[in-house]
Amino acid sequence: MARTLLDKVWEAHTVRTLPSGQTQLLIGLHLIHEVTTPQAFQMLKELKLTVRMPERTFGTLDHIIPTADQTRPYADPLAEDMAAHMYKNTKEFGLPLFDMASGRQGIVHVIGPELGLSQPGMTIACGDSHTSTHGAVGAIAFGIGTTQVRDVLATQCLAMAKPKLRQVRVDGALAKGVYAKDVILAIIGTLGVKGGVGYAYEYAGPIIERMTMEERLTVCNMSIEGGARCGYVNPDATTIEYLRGRPYTPAGAAFDRAAAWWKTMATEPGAKFDDVARLDGAAIEPVVTWGINPGMSVGVSQRIPSPDSQPEPERPTFHEALAHMGFEAGQPIKGAKIDVAFVGSCTNGRLSDLRIAAEVAKKGKVAKHVRALIVPGSQQVARAAEAEGLHEIFQAAGFQWRKAGCSMCLGMNDDKLQGREMSASSSNRNFIGRQGSPTGRTLLMSPAMVAAAAITGVVTDVREILR
Amino acid sequence: MSTNFKRRQVSGRGIPLPGNDIDTDRIIPARFLKAVTFEGMGEHAFEDARKQNPEHPFNQKAYQGASVLVVGQNFGCGSSREHAPQALMRWGIRAIVGGSFGEIFFGNCVMLGIPCLVASQADVEWLQKAIARAPQQPVTVDVETQEVRFGDRIIKATVSDGPRNQLVGGTWDSTAVLLEAGAAIEATARRLPYVVGY
Repeated sequence: MARTLLDKVWEAHTVRTLPSGQTQLLIGLHLIHEVTTPQAFQMLKELKLTVRMPERTFGTLDHIIPTADQTRPYADPLAEDMAAHMYKNTKEFGLPLFDMASGRQGIVHVIGPELGLSQPGMTIACGDSHTSTHGAVGAIAFGIGTTQVRDVLATQCLAMAKPKLRQVRVDGALAKGVYAKDVILAIIGTLGVKGGVGYAYEYAGPIIERMTMEERLTVCNMSIEGGARCGYVNPDATTIEYLRGRPYTPAGAAFDRAAAWWKTMATEPGAKFDDVARLDGAAIEPVVTWGINPGMSVGVSQRIPSPDSQPEPERPTFHEALAHMGFEAGQPIKGAKIDVAFVGSCTNGRLSDLRIAAEVAKKGKVAKHVRALIVPGSQQVARAAEAEGLHEIFQAAGFQWRKAGCSMCLGMNDDKLQGREMSASSSNRNFIGRQGSPTGRTLLMSPAMVAAAAITGVVTDVREILR
Repeated sequence: MSTNFKRRQVSGRGIPLPGNDIDTDRIIPARFLKAVTFEGMGEHAFEDARKQNPEHPFNQKAYQGASVLVVGQNFGCGSSREHAPQALMRWGIRAIVGGSFGEIFFGNCVMLGIPCLVASQADVEWLQKAIARAPQQPVTVDVETQEVRFGDRIIKATVSDGPRNQLVGGTWDSTAVLLEAGAAIEATARRLPYVVGY
């Protein structure tokens, strides 16, 4: 019987079936960062356990890192304490840490693929829900909690139930000015924020197949926003060319042998899925969220829906969203005033994202009332962008050019919304309070759309600027 | 395994929290994650929501000391932060009944021995209203028989086989269970081309 990538990866990593009926699953790559691990290391010490396979865990610093002044000790004593714990724990347990001095520091989901650590056919875990990102290279990758981080450190395994599999096909071709971010927001808008609970998503169809690896990373990144703990794209020629020559991928003849194995892990023709969902990619226009979860979105030419148009159980959340955002049902999203523009995050903080934002930034200057930040996803992304002069384009247009980190995606450093500020953001969550202010407001959109909003000061259809 | 790990049933006063898609940022805002222990997380549970709404159930006197949380659809969606169930646990929550749960949140709860049971929309709404009418009356969450009892009414509330077996059997503290696999862990690794070298 034809098998899926999920079937093959799951089987290859099964250690045994547990008495509970779950699978004891070997984790091929474990990524760690400073926020969700100190308690795990503490538990490990209390249990007098060591790290089972230290060569399979890699650390970085991302969530709490200041993006302006990175002089140690950090101005925020709590951030300094978390960084110090990360240094201490990785040293004590003999784990590599990509810190500032390494030149490879960055958001954990940016550096994994960029360093070639994330490879097809692997199982990947990290104490962060956006670990689904790494599925773009053809891995089964999911976010875990801190106690599970302890399990992976101590045993290199997790107790997991195999998810069901839904193939999400995006057919047709994308219109100009429509990006991977719009595709995943459209998928979540269609299938709902809890539509993927219990499922892994296999993204497929001509639009996904034509996407670059960075675009696929954006799509897989937000699987969790649709409720799916992991999402992947089958490895193909794009995957292999992306991974060739990366620091942690094999070289020479070994690369060819690796590539041959990667290809065998792809879903076979005729494989059965528990469900198949189809989207017409040609119908997708630039998407903007208007509410308080990533499923509450509209095309930029559309109006904010009325709660009355929703099924009864959804209405209270719609009313809450309108009240929080200060929007009226029926209001066009286009023209909504913004205060802050943020390009960055594990969703859209890669070189291609910065290139397109710079393309738009060339068309104008940041509006006077807007604070605009460009935060590269990693030190490598920052260097590559600077080599192309993107930072100068941004600075000339009035954007701040920052250092790599998670930054205003979740406001754990100094980069926060103030009060009820409205943010146009290339990040992944518009939850109440997400960007650091309990009353702050977030509009999720593509980096191109963020740049367009930055220069006009309001939500704008980027296609009108790029025309 | 000691019997006090077994979560056959949890009994205690209830606290209803209406609303769908309540995410883990709402349960514990990110600024409270800047800590190297989980101590003190309980006092920050729903901090922003409680400040903005004095009537928030976690503020209400009637629900102080409650241990069974009753929620809507997709509770705990979003971030994988275990700080969310840790905050709820340290506030006093021992079991959760809801319409559905974010998957990582659900798994994190199991790791802490907090059963999350899924009930129908109608039953959840009934239970929330019933608790609001009689907050002193205990709710019994029976993990083994997959039902919730309140007064003389019994509602069906399910939890899938794997987590149920872990909770009822007391094997939810998984490190010990996973370690039992012994050399089979390395044997599995040695079968993987990326571990042994392509």
